[in-house]
Amino acid sequence: MNRLYNKKFIDKSITFLMIIFLYVIITLFDKNVSSLLRGLLVQFCVYSIMAVSLNLVVGISGELSLGHVGFMCIGAFVSAGFTTYMRSVLNVESIFIFIISIFLGAFVTAVFGFIVGIPVLRLKGDYLAIVTLAFGEIIKNILNAIYLGFDSKGVHVSLKNELQLGLESDGYTLIKGPLGITSIPHYSNFLIGVILLLIVIFIIYNIIDQRTGRAIMALRDNRIAGESIGLNVTKYKLIAFTISSAFAGVAGVLYAHNYNNLAATGAKFGYNMSIMVLVFVVLGGMGNIRGSIISAVILTLLPEALRSLQDYRMLMYAVVLIAVMIFTNAPAAINFRKNLKFGKGKLKDER
Amino acid sequence: MKDNKKVVLNVESLSISFGGLKAVSDFDIKIYKNEVYGLIGPNGAGKTTIFNLLTGVYRPDSGEILLDGENIVGKDCVQINKIGIARTFQNIRLFGKLSVLDNVKVAMHESYKYNILEGIFRLPNYYKKEKDMDEEAIKLLKVFGIDDLADVISTNLPYGKQRKLEIARALATKPKLLLLDEPAAGMNENETKELMNTILKVRDEFDMTILLIEHDMKLIKGICERITVLNFGSVLASGNLDDVLNNEEVIKAYLGA
Repeated sequence: MNRLYNKKFIDKSITFLMIIFLYVIITLFDKNVSSLLRGLLVQFCVYSIMAVSLNLVVGISGELSLGHVGFMCIGAFVSAGFTTYMRSVLNVESIFIFIISIFLGAFVTAVFGFIVGIPVLRLKGDYLAIVTLAFGEIIKNILNAIYLGFDSKGVHVSLKNELQLGLESDGYTLIKGPLGITSIPHYSNFLIGVILLLIVIFIIYNIIDQRTGRAIMALRDNRIAGESIGLNVTKYKLIAFTISSAFAGVAGVLYAHNYNNLAATGAKFGYNMSIMVLVFVVLGGMGNIRGSIISAVILTLLPEALRSLQDYRMLMYAVVLIAVMIFTNAPAAINFRKNLKFGKGKLKDER
Repeated sequence: MKDNKKVVLNVESLSISFGGLKAVSDFDIKIYKNEVYGLIGPNGAGKTTIFNLLTGVYRPDSGEILLDGENIVGKDCVQINKIGIARTFQNIRLFGKLSVLDNVKVAMHESYKYNILEGIFRLPNYYKKEKDMDEEAIKLLKVFGIDDLADVISTNLPYGKQRKLEIARALATKPKLLLLDEPAAGMNENETKELMNTILKVRDEFDMTILLIEHDMKLIKGICERITVLNFGSVLASGNLDDVLNNEEVIKAYLGA
């Protein structure tokens, strides 16, 4: 039994040490880091958090979600709206505002996750995938069309154009339709990203390894048996989904404060990005937290690193993806790796 | 003879039909505390349907199910498990990717509670409850002789031990009544013998009442005191083992001459 605990502890520690090690290396050799890589550092953290949080739904809870970026989008807009308002209108700019905006982003996204989850997670089947897919697109499109401004009379919202807001002379437009939010304070940096990533991983590891996490995984493995020992399916699926969306919100907060402008474009918050994040999870291994992080970092880096190939870039990207898929998931490849490492412990045939 | 004993399960005129087909009709059963009761019958007689009715998977069209005097008709699986019925399945349903220990611990979630935040921040209550849970789970696994396999992923267990783990998991929910659906299916003679000892051990050590479905007549004859024979959804005969097995109708319908 102690063996089991030691194994879990070592497994978790490796993940934390890996991230800290990477951070230290990159910080130490800061001068040698190319500007290409430097621009990607915060993105690594953003997409690692996205992958880890989606893994909680896909890998740990066993439900398919295709709109994870929609939650990231909400987190980004809520927090960026808050910090930009604080700076532009109230002239407050401090790291505490950013910390509050992280909690705000996570909370609002969690509420959305909860509302989306309630009806869907009561059903059996792939409904969650369909609903989240639609949700992600709806959020993106609404945020693309919305105009939101403040003046002394209060909040004004319009879905047509800025003039329709009818702001007074002291008014201030926060969200400008397709232009989104502009002049966002730049709070995000690599250190903050890494700290947030470590916190998120810490929480997710400790959710998995406790009463609630066990129940979530048990229902993934066998729903009927789970009900027969008294596990409430909807409750546990909803917990996993809500927490996962809250973390997607955190990723959104980090993402928004890395740029001056935030717009809900298809390239950043569209369906393709949700699929990308899903690819991170599948490639890193369902339920494997460390794997999610590694694949998120590599697959964020890869398209940039392959830029010299120009037109053949996405072709190479696909080839690498398939090769890695085979290497990590094909039984023959798994046995090959095991022989390489330990010379024993071959994969047993499935019954 | 048994009148002085406490009735654990009392089912009266239970019926259900699926689109015109009467799967179970007017099924009665009375099981006393500490009894091992057998439910037999040909394939398709409705035995597993009765288990599904007792555990709330299906809702009966009519009839009463009293567990310790409490009517459980209309309650769902989760509620019925809390009231005190636990079961195993004909085709083993373990939590395949969880360890043997976790399979049992997840079934104890009602008896050892701490909230999700205590777990995330590893507060003292978390360590205390987890430790108690570990100890009780290991104790339970010892009864089945699989405590040394506690850290094995449950799919990797051999078949016989998977069956045992499933029974251990059901017991971990602290039921008043344990339902076993063909526990000896797919077992050889030695494994069946071992299983019979295990079932009797469970009854004695946990003061358990057991209702089991089985086709293996050796097992039935070895451990059941009373049995019910089911045919086409209704009771063909029920009572003491010997009386029922010598019943002409039972021999004709099920046992064969």
